[in-house]
Amino acid sequence: MSELHVSVVAVDRNVWSGAAKSIVAKTPEGEIGILPGHEPVLSLLVNGVVRIEPVEGSKVVIAVHGGFLAFDSNECRVLAEVAELAGDIDVARAEAALAKAKAGEETPEALAAIHRAETRVKAAATLSAAGMH
Amino acid sequence: MGAQLRVYRRRIKSVQATKKITKAMELIASSRIVKAQQRVDASLPYTQELLRAISAAVSHGNSKHPLATPPEVRKRAAVILLTADRGLAGAYSSAVIKEGEGLNALLREEGVEPVAYLVGRKGVGYYKFRERKIAGSWTGFTDQPTYEHAKEVAQAVLADFAKSTEEGGVDEIHLIYTHFINMGVQEVRVRRILPVEIIEATKEEAAEKLETKVFPLYDFEPSPEAVLDALLPRYVENMVYTAMLLGAASEHAARRRAMKSASDNAEELIKSLARQANQARQAEITQEISEIVGGADALSSASSGS
Repeated sequence: MSELHVSVVAVDRNVWSGAAKSIVAKTPEGEIGILPGHEPVLSLLVNGVVRIEPVEGSKVVIAVHGGFLAFDSNECRVLAEVAELAGDIDVARAEAALAKAKAGEETPEALAAIHRAETRVKAAATLSAAGMH
Repeated sequence: MGAQLRVYRRRIKSVQATKKITKAMELIASSRIVKAQQRVDASLPYTQELLRAISAAVSHGNSKHPLATPPEVRKRAAVILLTADRGLAGAYSSAVIKEGEGLNALLREEGVEPVAYLVGRKGVGYYKFRERKIAGSWTGFTDQPTYEHAKEVAQAVLADFAKSTEEGGVDEIHLIYTHFINMGVQEVRVRRILPVEIIEATKEEAAEKLETKVFPLYDFEPSPEAVLDALLPRYVENMVYTAMLLGAASEHAARRRAMKSASDNAEELIKSLARQANQARQAEITQEISEIVGGADALSSASSGS
């Protein structure tokens, strides 16, 4: 069976890499799903969740902030300023941060903080939902 | 104990205390170089992929991006200096400042006004003491920079780049930092980060690396221009970040070297002081003996004379 090689890279480290069956990410124009043999794509990503279906093991969910995706010849690279594996996210902390950010004034920084916290919470929720099946 | 000997012993003790401190700083710096190097290595994959993506976007899209087009008239140029927060690092900060002075002179010769953006307390101190204008300064993180710090600096400079010269904007951005080659060798480098020179450079680099492999026909989302728009500021941020990481590694290396020679010097000093102290002690003993012998002589000659 054909597979694609995915690597998720943050500015300061390699977050995840390995063989995968598919990857789903969110671009400014909507969600994009990539299967092996997809045409080459270079796309920006909005802050959101990237879902990877690895060849072995359970689904990988990663929260991505400010990134882009490059895919060609079955190599998919996701680059982001911040990328976190959903499993590493402290849900309680993310929720607390979200509540705190929402309570504050609506400055651009606060909005960005809300966004980040929301993405984290969403990533963690996606992971736990995937675990139910 | 004679006064001379006491003075020597006291000096030996004080030099030994200094040596302990410099030795400790040397060890700390050595352990931090390794960590700083690892951080540089960890940031490499992102940098490579970013360059690849930018050159792909450039080769497809329109390369007349505002961040990549040199202005017709250059009036003001931003000069970012990456110096250290703390001293005792040999010539680390002063080498960067010196290079900055050279660039400032060169820019003035060409009729361009240099505008200073300073990172690190040492650079800020140097400019403040000379009462020069500082357009922006950031301190407190030079030994362990994070991406947020680099982003802050890059955003501030990019904002000024977007303004017109009359409103205090700049037409060029230069970055002066210390490149970490290895433990023993670091060199100060000057790079122009905006307008971006990357376009041609990366094409060549990419071609070398990929051996004439042509970029695949990417499908850009939303469009090549939008992708480039988003990637070029990232590129500037990344460049500042990489320079900061390299600078941090260089700072630790410079500090280690400075502290090593300080420890060696202390060792030398202790040795020569110990010799002088021994000599003083010996002289004291000799004098005491001659005093005793002289005294005994005087006594015996006095008793035999009576």
